[in-house]
Amino acid sequence: MDRIKLFIPLIIFVVLAAMLYWGLGRDPNAMPSALISRSVPAFQLPDLGQFKPAGDGSATAVIAEADMLDETLFLGHVSLLNVWATWCISCRVEHPYLLDIAESGVRIIGLNYKDEAAAAQQWLSKLGDPYTHTIADTKGGLGLDLGVFGAPETYLVDHLGVIRYKHVGVVDDRVWRTKLQSRYQALVDVLASGAE
Amino acid sequence: MMGQYCKDYFCRASQSLLSQLQQILVAALLSLCCLSAWGLIEVDRLSSPVLSERYQRLVAEYRCPKCQNQNLAESDSPISIDLRSQIRRLLEEGASDTQISDYLVARYGEFVLYRPKVQATTYLLWWAPAVLLLLGLLIVGLVVRRQKRGASAVPASLSDTEREALQALLNNTESQQDTAANPKRAEIK
Repeated sequence: MDRIKLFIPLIIFVVLAAMLYWGLGRDPNAMPSALISRSVPAFQLPDLGQFKPAGDGSATAVIAEADMLDETLFLGHVSLLNVWATWCISCRVEHPYLLDIAESGVRIIGLNYKDEAAAAQQWLSKLGDPYTHTIADTKGGLGLDLGVFGAPETYLVDHLGVIRYKHVGVVDDRVWRTKLQSRYQALVDVLASGAE
Repeated sequence: MMGQYCKDYFCRASQSLLSQLQQILVAALLSLCCLSAWGLIEVDRLSSPVLSERYQRLVAEYRCPKCQNQNLAESDSPISIDLRSQIRRLLEEGASDTQISDYLVARYGEFVLYRPKVQATTYLLWWAPAVLLLLGLLIVGLVVRRQKRGASAVPASLSDTEREALQALLNNTESQQDTAANPKRAEIK
């Protein structure tokens, strides 16, 4: 019994060391989204393309209420919802990769978050447009409802408009292959088998 | 004027350094004033002192989602500014504290709560300190009791026969040690 007692400090040390080592590998910024398995919140926002340049160099939306984009945009397709802005430096980093995956057939919806419409339009015409639609969330209301806390963020939304996964940070080749692609493909397969 | 007496390079350099320091200090003080004024403007937007008192308490209680460990009141990140204005809006609309908390948790998860709800996932967090304290007290109690019992188990004094036996033993070993250590002296004797 006394011999076992001698080993207690060693055991405590090993357990503590193992726990701390495990903690080292964890990302302290990782924050599970509160909206996983919930529907995309309701919204009524214009498409970025519907902003027309105004006299003073800014852009204003010329659009009827009925033409607004809303959450039904996500129904019937598996989509990525990518939150971006022209003031976001990392968004510029991931932009070429988004063009790549959009070209391979992935449906990406853009959410232009708290941005100037004119600057955002310029960005897309200069760098290319990977988005099938770009929701213009000038005031950041939808971003707030989605729990966005910093661009870029990318949500995986299924064909019923339910959020299935969220990635915070740049989407690059590694992130796409390790985190998003398999989940995206699984949802696409579910949709295909349901449609048959 | 000082420039006239300042002919060498180092003297002039130190003078310009001093004036630069002065400028930086003034700038720092000015920006400090601006910061505090800015904070006040935000608070004053609420319609009643009761609301602004509640607002102050609430923004201190929620954690900024973007920052690792700052509350909404302390953080100057865009998301905290947005959330503060949302809280002000909800307060003006007459929302209760629970409604505001639910609003934030629905969007940003339990992460934003500095006082997490008591539920299955947080029992460990809430009760571990108390359990550990009780465990520590229990161990201390056991150790103290064992020491007391150990001390009382040794008789305070020896009986007469025991004392004689002890003396005999001591004498015996002493003489043995003598012969063992100094065999020559034993021979001389």
